[in-house]
Amino acid sequence: MELHFGIQNILFLVALGLAAYFFAKNFGKVWRNINLGKPVVRNDRPNERWALMTRVALGQSKMVKRKVIAGFFHVIVYAGFLLINIEVAEILLDGILGSHRMFRPFLGPVYDAAIHFFEILAVMVIIACLVFLWRRNVQKVDRFKELKGWAKRDGNNILYIELVLMTALLLLGAAEANIEGNGVDGWIVSSQLAPIFSGMDQGTLHAIERFAWWFHILGILAFLNYLPYSKHFHIIMAFPNVWHSKLEPAGQFTNMESVKKEVELMMDPNADPFAAPAEGDATEEPSRFGAKDVLDLHRVQLMNAYSCTECGRCTSSCPANQTGKKLSPRKIMMDTRDRLEEVSAIVDAKGKFEEDGKSLLDDYISREEIWACTTCNACAEACPVNIDPMSIIVEMRRYLVMEESAANPALNTMMTNIENNAAPWAYAQADRANWINE
Amino acid sequence: MEEQLVVPTMAELAASDKLPEVLFWVGCAGSFDDRAKKITKAFVKILHKSGVEFGVLGTEESCTGDPAKRAGNEFVFMMQAMQNIEVLNAYEVKKIVTTCPHCFNTLANEYPELGGKYEVLHHSQFINQLLKDGRLTIEGGQYKGKKITFHDPCYLGRANGVYEAPRELIQKLDAELVEMRRCKSNALCCGAGGAQMFKEPEAGNKDINIERTEEALETKPDIIAAGCPFCNTMMTDGVKNSAREGDLPVLDLAELIASAEDL
Repeated sequence: MELHFGIQNILFLVALGLAAYFFAKNFGKVWRNINLGKPVVRNDRPNERWALMTRVALGQSKMVKRKVIAGFFHVIVYAGFLLINIEVAEILLDGILGSHRMFRPFLGPVYDAAIHFFEILAVMVIIACLVFLWRRNVQKVDRFKELKGWAKRDGNNILYIELVLMTALLLLGAAEANIEGNGVDGWIVSSQLAPIFSGMDQGTLHAIERFAWWFHILGILAFLNYLPYSKHFHIIMAFPNVWHSKLEPAGQFTNMESVKKEVELMMDPNADPFAAPAEGDATEEPSRFGAKDVLDLHRVQLMNAYSCTECGRCTSSCPANQTGKKLSPRKIMMDTRDRLEEVSAIVDAKGKFEEDGKSLLDDYISREEIWACTTCNACAEACPVNIDPMSIIVEMRRYLVMEESAANPALNTMMTNIENNAAPWAYAQADRANWINE
Repeated sequence: MEEQLVVPTMAELAASDKLPEVLFWVGCAGSFDDRAKKITKAFVKILHKSGVEFGVLGTEESCTGDPAKRAGNEFVFMMQAMQNIEVLNAYEVKKIVTTCPHCFNTLANEYPELGGKYEVLHHSQFINQLLKDGRLTIEGGQYKGKKITFHDPCYLGRANGVYEAPRELIQKLDAELVEMRRCKSNALCCGAGGAQMFKEPEAGNKDINIERTEEALETKPDIIAAGCPFCNTMMTDGVKNSAREGDLPVLDLAELIASAEDL
């Protein structure tokens, strides 16, 4: 194998180093932000979690369950991403070592078969991206209509980038097919594109080949660094996010330990209401009931926000949203991420979070949205990466009811009835068995 | 007044040192709502017919706390839960059956952590067991060929993964089960969950129960089957709204089974 270590390799190493550095830095910040949330136990039953991650994240099981067209094309792009990465590994090694298609001598015909396959995949990815662009911008599929501004641009940017990257990969092969003495006649797709460059002199062809090579790999490194700012971050976060899924039945809400303790004290005839708090308790900072801001949420809820790719399957299955109410589970997740990014900037600037007079509730998510939820779990069921928007809504209800006594008035009547006569309506508990004799 | 039902309370049973096979958790709707009381009675008739020894808590039953918890009031929920668990444990209850998916979900999933560990079944599951064990047999004659569509209650279906038990019952009636466009895990809520039953909906362009009823009507059913007293109310209102009241009954699974057996 010929190695030509030179200035290109040094430049490549510098580019790679910078890309890795900035990505690690931004990824680290996301991880720190997630850890600003409250701790939550989500590492029980690890075998079940690995199986779930394999099925749902790696195996895309929820992608193809309902939205068949979108699911099909997504699987193509996903497979393209996973498999073409094998070729990217070679490109990285070539770039570092100054080799050229270094796997080829080792793999021979297997190598050529693989590149044929990758080129077909690349074409399929291009088709899928065009379909997606069409669905978003021409057909204007319902669930994308809610996306405005950055969210809309972001969705399109990703598709443009993928189109350009795949094209560069194919043109790389087409240029190589015209270069003499490299033993490359072009693979299945690039050989068809080769005539574009035919008749060019060898120097120009080498320049085109180098340009396509650099464009492709620099594009990938730039794309990597685009991820933490984008919905496309889901390609990484989907995996830990699914691993940390709620495994309990969807209908099971958490029981609040702090409330349980208080009610136990109330019901315990032997409890001394004036007793000093037990050792250690006094140092605990009193936290609020429920969630007003992102830091009141737990870590998996914050991870959910970074894993959301804004596909809108949740919103399009939400009964409140589909009947014209303001609630959109996707917006709940996008708001949570936006607010967390804002909090992150404060933490960066001041070393810790300081109140900025804003909060997730009211400044991002309105009370009207919170009260419109039927807790039907359609959003969580629809999410291809097991995000649970409803849990955030419930935490905000808890805050509104238990900290601000700001429940919807009709709900206050219901809750007062339960307290007074053990039913949501104003019927006496003594009448509860009347139906037997009616 | 219909014929007198025999419904022993746990207090009466305990007084004669009896532990019934199962506790029938009636729930607030089942106790107080006129429509839901019919479901309660239909289920009691099925229990009698099958020779199941059961008891109810009667005036000792309290709201499970479900609507308070979904509305965000953990204090009210916790008070209810702890009181109920004390009562249930005092009667050494092991097995509970309920006709309300909300009670079912709360009792089955949220009480165990608080010290209330019971085997909890929705009545669709319990009736299926009775059929399987041969304690109950049904002849579907009167429903033969009738188109019945089943509306999945969120707190039975998505919340707890129970999709088949209600459908098996409908099929036992020799009826033609017709599925709505959105069914099972994809089913659309009736609009009552999450304490919505007790408030007006937020501003929108349609009520959820109307949307769901229209979807049910698309299947051209003879009967809409429900498995939850709240869904029943919502779907009944939806049918009224579509001016089909009178010729399109909304019936609970228990009512379907009980009337098939002329109970």
